[in-house]
Amino acid sequence: MKITIERGLLLKVLAHIQSIVERRNTIPILSNVKFDAPDGRLSLNATDMDLDIVETIPADVTVNGSTTAPAHTLFDIVRKLPEGAQVELDCTGDDGQLVLVAGRSRFTLSCLPTEDFPVLSGGELPHSFAISVDELKNLIDRTRFAISTEETRYYLNGIYIHAADSDGTPVLRAVATDGHRLASVDLPLPVGAADMPGVIVPRKTVTELRKLIEDAEGEVQLSLSDTKIRFAFEDCVLTSKLIDGTFPDYDRVIPAENDKELEVDAKQFAAAVDRVSAISTEKSRAVKLSLSAGNLMLSASSPDNDTATEELSVNYDAGEIEIGFNSRYLLDITQQIDGELARLKLSDAASPTLVQDSGDDSALYVLMPMRV
Amino acid sequence: MIGAICRDCGASQSGPRLQPDRCEVCASPRLLAHAELHDLAIAHIDCDAFYASVEKRERPELANKPVIVGGQKRGVVAACCYIARLKGVHSAMPMFQARKACPDAVVIPPDMELYRRVGGQIRELMLDVTPLVEPLSVDEAFLDLSGTERLHGGSPAQTLTRLITRIEDEIGVTASVGLSHNKFLAKLASDMDKPRGFQVIGRAETLALLAPMPVGAIWGVGKMLKAKLQRSGIKTIGQLAQIGEAELIKQYGVIGRRLAHLSKGLDTRAVNPHGNAKSVSAETTFSKNMKDAKALSSRLWPLCETVARRLKARDLAAKTVTLKLKTSGFQILTRSRSLAAPTQLAEVLFRQARQLLDKEADGRSFRLIGIGASGFAETESADMPDLLDRRVETYAKVENAMNAVREKFGAPAIKKGRSLL
Repeated sequence: MKITIERGLLLKVLAHIQSIVERRNTIPILSNVKFDAPDGRLSLNATDMDLDIVETIPADVTVNGSTTAPAHTLFDIVRKLPEGAQVELDCTGDDGQLVLVAGRSRFTLSCLPTEDFPVLSGGELPHSFAISVDELKNLIDRTRFAISTEETRYYLNGIYIHAADSDGTPVLRAVATDGHRLASVDLPLPVGAADMPGVIVPRKTVTELRKLIEDAEGEVQLSLSDTKIRFAFEDCVLTSKLIDGTFPDYDRVIPAENDKELEVDAKQFAAAVDRVSAISTEKSRAVKLSLSAGNLMLSASSPDNDTATEELSVNYDAGEIEIGFNSRYLLDITQQIDGELARLKLSDAASPTLVQDSGDDSALYVLMPMRV
Repeated sequence: MIGAICRDCGASQSGPRLQPDRCEVCASPRLLAHAELHDLAIAHIDCDAFYASVEKRERPELANKPVIVGGQKRGVVAACCYIARLKGVHSAMPMFQARKACPDAVVIPPDMELYRRVGGQIRELMLDVTPLVEPLSVDEAFLDLSGTERLHGGSPAQTLTRLITRIEDEIGVTASVGLSHNKFLAKLASDMDKPRGFQVIGRAETLALLAPMPVGAIWGVGKMLKAKLQRSGIKTIGQLAQIGEAELIKQYGVIGRRLAHLSKGLDTRAVNPHGNAKSVSAETTFSKNMKDAKALSSRLWPLCETVARRLKARDLAAKTVTLKLKTSGFQILTRSRSLAAPTQLAEVLFRQARQLLDKEADGRSFRLIGIGASGFAETESADMPDLLDRRVETYAKVENAMNAVREKFGAPAIKKGRSLL
């Protein structure tokens, strides 16, 4: 293999690649990126055995071929090369090494045989549908904060994506929860998704995918089976194993009977929660909501007895109630509300509260109260 | 009249004495006299050259030799006896330097197990005089003796002299005492008169005593802050005391408040018996090695209950669970796991630990099992109701009910079925 490629383009792809490659690996080849250069194109492939990325870019290919070389080292080298440099990658020598030349810099890197590189991308993915990049971003951004990090309930360590029914309308739904809060977001069901199995996409995949689509445009093609999911967009294909577990029956925990309804200016509410929680510490995060007719009082205190209160005018007339929330969790949710008004449906101080955007039924959030 | 007591026989000196600097009962010269002697109740007790003293106790032939405890070749001096100190050896000195300064020193590798055991015995003696003992390390602690006058039939100063005598007689090591009206000053005092000292700092002389001291003597002032203060021309605590609190906070941030208070000898921190715990654990060694996961887990459950009880007693909640196993070959394994939210429930500890255990119980034979809880957080956020697992609330209720029964009828009164396996 012998190719020449512009430094900026290579750096961008290597940045994606190195983020997936684990820094410490017990299996040496997993530290490597696989290069494949058929006619006029260069594809780069990396994997951590759970997640696999293939990115293809145009390159000036002199000799077709393939090899694997250390991903982090390559990223580091290319990062330090001057802007606008032309990078030549050559592994046509007899010594099995990859020679990287750019201007007057020259590096030789040891390679490992391409045949040893694990293939994760294989296997059939019978279900396939497309959604726009913006829709996918929306799905991820509004749910990822609720993903659990708890190892015991590993099946909560991802976003549950499945076909569902929202008051008779078929939807593609993403749900994440850590037991303290739950986020659920709907999209109109794309063609081809109706028969898909419910899948749990792991946290790392969500994080990497979100980074990769940041600057992408157009559509993302999703293909999946019971065990794998693939996201294809622009020049990039990300394939991931799914979490092998059963997502809990989240419908049961979404309160349907909560009758105390509160409407509040979403921006003011988020800002007020943020302000009073300035008093709360790492150790104590509770913020108390005291509701009376037309009035919401937020209050917080620290173990040193520092206090904060703020009052808001709200639409509320369902009787006085006091309820406490973890300020961080409440903030995470209030910040998701893009519309003008946030709607909270409460039951009592010990039961889950439902939070929604008054003007947008596609997303709902459930928040467990705290003892205050 | 100035209060005075004898540090050897403990006798309170009642009136004018024939020999003013000797005890009227035993004629000892070790008299302790101070105007506020009987009014001060916060003490800091620090054993003298503790590791070295313990070694000398274990090996009486070393009594008159310079003893250094620390790494053999590399490493630093962990402790050195007062004979070695005469040669200029001090703790934290690199060992090669210490050997050069004192070539005839007997260098002993540290036996932490032994020091911990002896430290524990000293702790017990301290706990005999007050429950408010805040250990700072294995050999030093704060004691709050307020309100113990009636119980011990004497002022805190008298109780302390008796305690020190007991430590010397029963444990065989010496200790120095600082007695004052708060923790900062008590710790400062214990360091002023070492070894075998007893220093009192009363309210009256607090400011005058602090004024000439370097700012580095203030608790929390390290190298960086000291340099920063010196750049502003502040060298002594007295200079600090002249500056207003607001100004200090403006200049140095949060620590400014501490500087303002401590420089005036003000310290409101209470002696907190549980202030320093980093982890709570329990373990048991089997009489016969065990392999079976089920049998191992049945031994794990009572340990989880013990740890949970200790957590609740100290009002702590833990975010990390650690399983400890010792193989028949004496290899120690520890496996930890972080929880999503802090807990103080035996049930939660047990469920986590059992999962860790399941991975390790692969046919190997074990001689010990233990469980630790660490990463403490406020109990407020502990065992919060869970949307998906409403049992957490039930566990909390069950455990509280079981604890109530045990408090009334003793620990064996009620058990979970799984501990009977």
